Amino acid sequence: MPLVALVGLLVVWLAPLAFGAKATAAPQSHENQRAELVRTVEREMESTRTYHGREALDPAVVEALGTVPRHRFVPEDQRRWAYDNRPLPIGHGQTISQPYIVALMTDLLDLEPDDRVLEIGTGSGYQAAILAEIVDEVYTIEVVEPLHERSSALLAELEYDHVETRLGDGYYGWPEVAPFDAIIVTAAASHVPPPLIEQLASPGRMMIPVGSRFMVQQLVLVTKSAAGEISLEQILPVRFVPLTGDHD
Amino acid sequence: MTTTSSGVVPEAVPEATGAEAGRRPPLVSVALAAGLGLACEILLLRLFSIVQFHHTAYMVISLSLLGYGASGTLLAVTRRWWMTRLRRLFPWCLTLFGLSAVGCFAVAQRIAVHPEELLWSPGQVLWMVVLYLLLAVPFFFLGLSIGSALMGFSVDRVYAADLGGAGVGTLLVVGLLWVAAPGDALRLLAVAGLLAALVGAWELDRQTLGRTAFLLLAAVGIYLVPSAWVDPQPSSYKGLTQALRVQGAKLVEERSSPLALVSVVESGEVPLRHAPGLSLAAPQGPPEQVGVFVDAEALLPILRWQPERLEYLGYSTAALPYAMGEPEEVLVLGAGGGVEVARALHHGAESVVGVEIDPQIVDLVRTEYGEFSGDLYRRPEVEVVVEDVRGYAATESHRFDLVVLAAVGGYGGGGPALAALAESYLHTVEAFDAYLDLVEPGGLLTATVHVKNPPRDAVKLAATAIRALEHRTESDPAASLALIRSWQTATLVVKRGRLSAAEIEGLREFGRERFFDPIHYPGMSEEEANRYNRLPEPLFHRAVASLFGAERDRFLERYKFDVRPTTDDRPFFHQFFRWRTLGELAAARGSGGLSLLEAGYLVLIVTLLQAVILGFVLIVAPLVVLRRDGAAGLRGRVVVYFGALGLGFLLLEVAFLQKLILVLNHPVYSAAVVLASFLVFAGLGSALAPRARRLWGDRAVLWLAAGIIGVGAGDLAVLGAFSGAVAGASMTARIAFTISLVAPLAFLMGMPFALGLGALKERAEDLVPWAWAINGCASVVSPIVATLLAVHHGFGFVVLLGLAAYAVAGFCRIRPVRTAAAAPTPSP
Repeated sequence: MPLVALVGLLVVWLAPLAFGAKATAAPQSHENQRAELVRTVEREMESTRTYHGREALDPAVVEALGTVPRHRFVPEDQRRWAYDNRPLPIGHGQTISQPYIVALMTDLLDLEPDDRVLEIGTGSGYQAAILAEIVDEVYTIEVVEPLHERSSALLAELEYDHVETRLGDGYYGWPEVAPFDAIIVTAAASHVPPPLIEQLASPGRMMIPVGSRFMVQQLVLVTKSAAGEISLEQILPVRFVPLTGDHD
Repeated sequence: MTTTSSGVVPEAVPEATGAEAGRRPPLVSVALAAGLGLACEILLLRLFSIVQFHHTAYMVISLSLLGYGASGTLLAVTRRWWMTRLRRLFPWCLTLFGLSAVGCFAVAQRIAVHPEELLWSPGQVLWMVVLYLLLAVPFFFLGLSIGSALMGFSVDRVYAADLGGAGVGTLLVVGLLWVAAPGDALRLLAVAGLLAALVGAWELDRQTLGRTAFLLLAAVGIYLVPSAWVDPQPSSYKGLTQALRVQGAKLVEERSSPLALVSVVESGEVPLRHAPGLSLAAPQGPPEQVGVFVDAEALLPILRWQPERLEYLGYSTAALPYAMGEPEEVLVLGAGGGVEVARALHHGAESVVGVEIDPQIVDLVRTEYGEFSGDLYRRPEVEVVVEDVRGYAATESHRFDLVVLAAVGGYGGGGPALAALAESYLHTVEAFDAYLDLVEPGGLLTATVHVKNPPRDAVKLAATAIRALEHRTESDPAASLALIRSWQTATLVVKRGRLSAAEIEGLREFGRERFFDPIHYPGMSEEEANRYNRLPEPLFHRAVASLFGAERDRFLERYKFDVRPTTDDRPFFHQFFRWRTLGELAAARGSGGLSLLEAGYLVLIVTLLQAVILGFVLIVAPLVVLRRDGAAGLRGRVVVYFGALGLGFLLLEVAFLQKLILVLNHPVYSAAVVLASFLVFAGLGSALAPRARRLWGDRAVLWLAAGIIGVGAGDLAVLGAFSGAVAGASMTARIAFTISLVAPLAFLMGMPFALGLGALKERAEDLVPWAWAINGCASVVSPIVATLLAVHHGFGFVVLLGLAAYAVAGFCRIRPVRTAAAAPTPSP
């Protein structure tokens, strides 16, 4: 086993330790940390732009990322990492996604201010808050009661009044207020619920991050055209080509 | 190496002297302690599977040897002090074992270590170390008790008790796991430890009313410990835990066996709807389902039989073979809760045979959920066989129109990335070859896997099937194989014969109507490969196309994931990591690059590093600090010799344990039979080592190394040739086969360590603890090294490396002081 690679892996692990230590040594305001996070995410977008076809983040997404207080959406014991570009556990076997992934998913939805967006899987509420910074109407459904209660209370406290929350089954969407210009399914889904396809507007976009709790492996983007035709794209968020030669 | 269950070798201990010499040894309690040691190892395999994502045999063996090794070092450095207090301390060690078995596990499972979180939180590494140390503690106390008994009493009799107890303990724990849940088994082993303490006190005339009362109270205390502390609590990220968090979901039943913990979840307000890969064109979702979770993760749903709600079964990629033909006789390998059986019936199959290894799951579908499932497993056209899939494939002579290898539904919070090191003998070249034997000429074999992007699983599946077809040389693989994908699943179809134009048209129409993309079929063009589930490039098609061309080897070498065909020798279907991509993935950390790493592999690396550090700190360092420089010149040779033996023994033991899973059908059975066989026969070899020395003098180790290499290579050949065939024999025959392979090898392997120690005692007794520590440290690291090497190079390579270690030991042997008695016997 190449020793160099082993050392490389150690460096990967220990780098965040060093980073964390630095952050602790020189505490910054949350605003500054958010600004730094935005710069980090923009750099990542720049490095991966040829892979997801986006030149740069929509300014509205950048603004949302720089506004939503991510530290409020994570447990106390995780707050020191709240503005690191990494997923964090939020209890109940759930996580808050890596900010880069949140930004990319939101960006790929091509949102307009007057859009109506449905989220399945409220989780911490962070994604709903990001959406609420961009659009007028956000509807979000969570199936785990303690998560629903915590996120609902927090979103209300942060005065996201145009976010409607609901406890229950997201499979059937929110038919009373359908159709939706965008739907984001952050809950683990073994398939795309047919009712959600129906509730997607024409045109409309649905985003499904696929992977495990800590790792989004790919983004599935389902698009409904103005004529009602469905198409699906599998987007790899990371710059990675599996076969480019011996020494890439 | 462990030539006694505690890692103590009789030759390593001084002659019984002083107050205890000639006294009656505590044989019953030693036997109990030895049995408990192995029973604890087997039980830990089960507990790891339930709490975490894999049984991690390498970690269990390693941490038990860490406990034993550290106890050996403590005994070595405190020998005199210990010997004067032996009778007092012996029962206490067993008492502490009993208490720590429950206590340490209760604390350990409160430590939330999640493999994927390791990638983000370096602090998790420290928790892994704590976990590893905590679980080593019970073995430490067992090691102290058995080791001190060996030091203080007649070695031969204690030794016999130790070996006998270990063998019986292994058998008993497997039996126990059939009748007791893992948490109850843990309590029972802990109380058995207290009983051993009571017996030990009685045997050493140290029983007092106070001690008896204390032990009784402790036993009562163990039974009063809340269930939540000792019953395995699955990680919060496992599928079962996630399912139970859903509003209204409840756990209605749990059944436990050595094979698995089966948990049944009924959902109230929010139905379970497991239908991976369901087409966007599906007119409806699945009907009501009951979730059956295996070891809290793999989901095998039972469907409510509602014929009007089964249409969805035709809208997954797994339905492809039914679009290519009309199979009448279908075999489902891995029937589980019956989804694939239902799919076959829904598509008009006249008879379906389901093979399922776990009788608990079959019984659930037949009884509790008989009515719910429409008596699926009692229908006249359905037959369910409770047997291991490979065993069934090896013996069944009937041929079917369609053989379905069911996908295992690990789509919960963990996912296959965590199962990187879970060996699977179901998806190997040899397995596919055996499955094809069950297919009627002109019939189909199909397998469905969960796919990742960039392509890995589907490519490895195709590579494995192609290799199997090449072995058979019946037809051109490219003409017999088809593959289709959704965004979540890929389904492979292999025909015994060339795919016909009608079959190909069936596939194309199936894909068009359901928005599935073909990956390969004979005559396919690249334009068809990327229409519905669009990637930036048709990566799946190109990767699989590369498997048919002359450039295949170059492709397999250059591809950034390990998609080489899986074989029985390297059965890690879910392991794709290649070291050379590490730098690239780490650099892309900020944009999700780490999602392309296999987290299960990472755990292995962390375990290796911690084993090296802890093995050194707890086993070697104390002796380094207290060393005496009596024979510095011999020290280098001691390091090489005893290090090589430690590495070699465990490399061979772990390789055989893993390889024999195929023969014995399950990791727990394999661990029980293989560990006990190695222990007992190596122990016998160790006991008879002086005879080898009398026979061959100072060349004994050299001859033994030659013998080990010969027998080991022979075993490897026998395993390669017969393990598939033996898999179908009765359990008794398979156990006999295993023992017949292991026994001669282990017997020979038990001798070099004892001979080396004997020689060392003559030349430099001060180095004996040093030798022991080096060997112990190598033994702690070796199981992990074995697994790491097996992932990349196969178990055969690990066996060869283990044999090479014995060759090194043979050439670097410790030569005894030549005496008349030890002089070589002239060759006849």
